[in-house]
Amino acid sequence: MEAIKTVGLTKKYKDLTAVDHLDLTVEQGELFSLLGVNGAGKTTTIKMLSCLTKPTEGDAFLGGNSILTDASEVKKIIGVSPQETAVAPNLTVKENLELMCGVHGFSKEKKKQKTAELCEKFDLNNILGKKAGKLSGGWQRRLSIAMALIGEPEILFLDEPTLGLDVLARSDLWDVIRSLKGKITVILTTHYMEEAEALSDRIGIMKDGRLLALGTAEELKKKTNTEKIEDAFIKTVKGESE
Amino acid sequence: MRLLTFSGRTAKEILRDPLNLCFGLGFPLVLILLLSAIQANIPVSLFEIQSLAPGVTVFGLSFMTLFAATLIAKDRESALLQRLYTTPLTAKDFIFGYALPILPIAAAQSVVCYIAAILLGLPVTVTILYAVLFIIPVSLFFIALGLLFGSILGVKQVGGICGALLTNLSAWLSGVWFDLDLVGGVFKDIAYALPFVHAVELERAVLGGNRSEILPHFCWVLGYTVIVLILAVLLFLRQMKKQ
Repeated sequence: MEAIKTVGLTKKYKDLTAVDHLDLTVEQGELFSLLGVNGAGKTTTIKMLSCLTKPTEGDAFLGGNSILTDASEVKKIIGVSPQETAVAPNLTVKENLELMCGVHGFSKEKKKQKTAELCEKFDLNNILGKKAGKLSGGWQRRLSIAMALIGEPEILFLDEPTLGLDVLARSDLWDVIRSLKGKITVILTTHYMEEAEALSDRIGIMKDGRLLALGTAEELKKKTNTEKIEDAFIKTVKGESE
Repeated sequence: MRLLTFSGRTAKEILRDPLNLCFGLGFPLVLILLLSAIQANIPVSLFEIQSLAPGVTVFGLSFMTLFAATLIAKDRESALLQRLYTTPLTAKDFIFGYALPILPIAAAQSVVCYIAAILLGLPVTVTILYAVLFIIPVSLFFIALGLLFGSILGVKQVGGICGALLTNLSAWLSGVWFDLDLVGGVFKDIAYALPFVHAVELERAVLGGNRSEILPHFCWVLGYTVIVLILAVLLFLRQMKKQ
């Protein structure tokens, strides 16, 4: 069953076309990565799919709901972890999670149950009373993803979740993301080729707002006759510009 | 429920910042004490406690603008707002959620200032209570200004515009620190075309029980509050759409 379907999704800013007629289908439970260099259109795509910005042309359907006409329904089934660590710095880890429970209108019991569940899943119990602003980058990202999952989303958007993290913190976060596989649909944007290969069911390569290639890591390597996903990416992107 | 949650978060963010407490409560108190000490040695009618307390109370509200604007600008820059825009929170929840929790903080600040003034010799009368009540519409003006600046400026710009420029403007053009008649001319005209001096004179009139003077100053403050509030809401909605 389709979790996301985009139809000619386009975003233009004056002379710049950030996303150019994107046609894409992501199945339920799939972990789909959008790969591309800076300015490829990955974040703009996520912003449109999460109803943060309106497309100039086209539409997208999440769980069958249009981002243009059913934005409030779309918001009920998505969770977003933005590129920047979007946490409330003067609130503790627990209060940040409770804030998200509150904005989703959860009852006291559900708030307690959901906070405990996510603390357990993301190993946050030891830092519950710490202010979010005092956490390391890796823990802030971890909290950020936990906050995105509070609303029990069917679709989770992770925008560059491991950007700027050290190797260990990245590896920890990969485990967290892997644990979500199959349970919910995850759309991940990343610069890191090995991250896309290690985590994704399918990868889409974007450049200048257009989707250049789509498939599993193996398919992309086969298509470009390369051994490594990085080479496949370079060949796809460079091949396009030649 | 959603609004309450978001309001609670606004209050916690503001009250847990030690700098906010220093400036919000400490600075007005220091001013009252310092200027009262000057007044004790070199008597100036402007610094008599009946005149000084309402002035410092209104001046202290310029920090509410700084608190609101800084918090909104930080939320925008850290993408926390972006995250919250993808939740069921509505524009109304955001606007009230930022503005409402600052009202009791402003009222508490004015209560502290008047308590200090009482300790320094301000006679205890019922008009003090009215003066605290009239702080609420004045606070709304300053909070709306914070909403407005927070919607269009970055954190650093907020520090410059609200932290330095606005506090200085609201000090010079309010008639708290010097009599505007002493400068006169265009300076005085500009001051009386802006709301700061009216806010101070409104508080002085309420505290002094000069009923006939209350309405004209109140109208000035109310007019500015409505205009700034409308502008703030429009600009907040615009930045929300821009996300």
